[in-house]
Amino acid sequence: MLETLMINRFSITAAILFGIGLLNVMVQKNLIKKVVGFNIMDSAVFLLLASLGYVEGSTAPIVGEGAVDAAQYINPIPSGLVLTGIVVSVSITAFSLALIQRIYKRYGTIELDELMERAKKEVD
Amino acid sequence: MRPFVENFPFFCIFLAIVGGILSAALRRGRIAWGLTLGICAADFFLSAAVLAYTFINQLSFTYTMGRFQAPFGNAIQAGPWQALMAMVFSSVMGLSLLGGARDLFRDVEPSRQPMYFTMADMVLASLLSLTYTTDVFTGYVFIEISTIAACALVMAKDTGTNLIATLRYLFMSLLGSSMFLLGLVILNSVTGHLLMSPLAESVARLAETGKYEIPLTVALGLMTAGLGVKSAMFPFHMWLPDAHGGATAASSAILSGLVLKGYIALLIVLMVRVFSLELLMEIGITNILLAAGLMGMVMGSLAAMREHHIKRMLAYSSVAQIGYIFMGLGLGTTAGLAASCFHILVHACCKPLLFLCAGRLSAVSAHHHSLKNLRGSAYRDVVAGVGFTVGALSMIGIPLFGGFVSKLYFATASLHTGRMAAVLLVIALSTLLNALYYVPAVLSIWGIAPEELKAEVREHTADEERAVDRLFIAAAAALIIGVVVLGILYHPVMDVLNLGLSLLK
Repeated sequence: MLETLMINRFSITAAILFGIGLLNVMVQKNLIKKVVGFNIMDSAVFLLLASLGYVEGSTAPIVGEGAVDAAQYINPIPSGLVLTGIVVSVSITAFSLALIQRIYKRYGTIELDELMERAKKEVD
Repeated sequence: MRPFVENFPFFCIFLAIVGGILSAALRRGRIAWGLTLGICAADFFLSAAVLAYTFINQLSFTYTMGRFQAPFGNAIQAGPWQALMAMVFSSVMGLSLLGGARDLFRDVEPSRQPMYFTMADMVLASLLSLTYTTDVFTGYVFIEISTIAACALVMAKDTGTNLIATLRYLFMSLLGSSMFLLGLVILNSVTGHLLMSPLAESVARLAETGKYEIPLTVALGLMTAGLGVKSAMFPFHMWLPDAHGGATAASSAILSGLVLKGYIALLIVLMVRVFSLELLMEIGITNILLAAGLMGMVMGSLAAMREHHIKRMLAYSSVAQIGYIFMGLGLGTTAGLAASCFHILVHACCKPLLFLCAGRLSAVSAHHHSLKNLRGSAYRDVVAGVGFTVGALSMIGIPLFGGFVSKLYFATASLHTGRMAAVLLVIALSTLLNALYYVPAVLSIWGIAPEELKAEVREHTADEERAVDRLFIAAAAALIIGVVVLGILYHPVMDVLNLGLSLLK
């Protein structure tokens, strides 16, 4: 039991983090907190991805002084994907924050229910 | 030495990206607009050349960037299917920007106009990449690019309701792309591949041996659902009416006609090339797609019937039309896929036409949006009236127009699948519902307006709005021709699609 947990520790952490993030996105009324929730979800996926490419006791695959045995290295592709994923996540976060700033300037609130109320009043 | 035409798909994507960067550096919106139109036209002709080359020689080719062979380099695969999609995407993009130009330059602040075209270029680049890509992760990156660009197109018209609509759209899309990414990660961990062709081999091997059955099902389900959320598959459509109904006419046309289709194009490529229809049938994903499609067809139309705001009505009708496409995918046969592809083309011509005409009709009617206040507006701009009528007739499925042919293909595809009764009944019901809201809309715009409304409209419509909009007429004429050509000359188009789908594997 404990051993299974230890072997899967990264996946379990990732699943818990993903759940926390998703819950934040669903439940939080504050828009910034929702964005933070998305970030936590993304981090969970990145953790899972990075851990899948990790080989216990190996190093980064940088060819040094003639050491070219593939067994000594971790799988580099997931690490590369994580890097790309982080770039994507940062740009999405920047865009969301800019959008929320515009909404705050316009309505003076970032609480979702207040925002809906004020928007409805404006339409009427 | 390979023929030079094989460079063209890459040129198309590259041109769009370069155009986006240049537009951001330009100061005047008009110049950026011209540049973007030029790029759309160039992409159209380049894609047409690729289509002619691949169709005549009956081949599909892989273009490796910088001659780095797979798995090290990035590659593009082009065949008749991809070339046809690219052709329609770039031409409809250009026509939407052309026809909606007047509204666009009024709705978007002058200082922001160049950025608007940057975003339009990025949408085009991501649409083309989603069709041409051979790499699932490249697909993911371009999904995100198109999300940001599409959100920016919605919020370009800077009103409070649009900001909130963008926010909803953004959050829903992020959920969709997170699901897609998670599915991708799981798929990569059980197969070890990201490139489509080795991925397909591993998936087939896993399916055969029954190994990792649960992770494989979860991965495929998550990827399909993620793309479904982003393309407004039925239960996930709540963001669409606000986002598409509020934006400026050109944005609505691009979003409804094209952006949704980009994700579906990627889904079709994945279904044919990677997952394989047999596997999807076996684990039941096609059934879910079919159910979602059928429900969307009915619920979208029902919601559209309740709507009086003309653009929101059109947006809900998009939900129903996307339902048709998912129904075709859910049949799980090549005939169903081909029907869906045909419907993508029809809807890509028809919906932008409707949105542009609706924008024009409200522009000449003192910017009223409710159908009641648009009474008689077709006489104030006859081309817009005719365009709206053609679009509506095609949506209902009157022969001679594209919509009829796609319904015919859907119906034929459903025979021999064991789902015939449900599909035929829902198509009939949906046709009836479509008629129930499109016919009153057409009657209303061609109706006789009461005197008070006429006087009010005359008073509140600026002279420059009433002036003949030549660009709009050109765009509407081209789109009408597109709808009619798809409705009459459907055999050649279907031949291209069938050949393309068989070469996609």
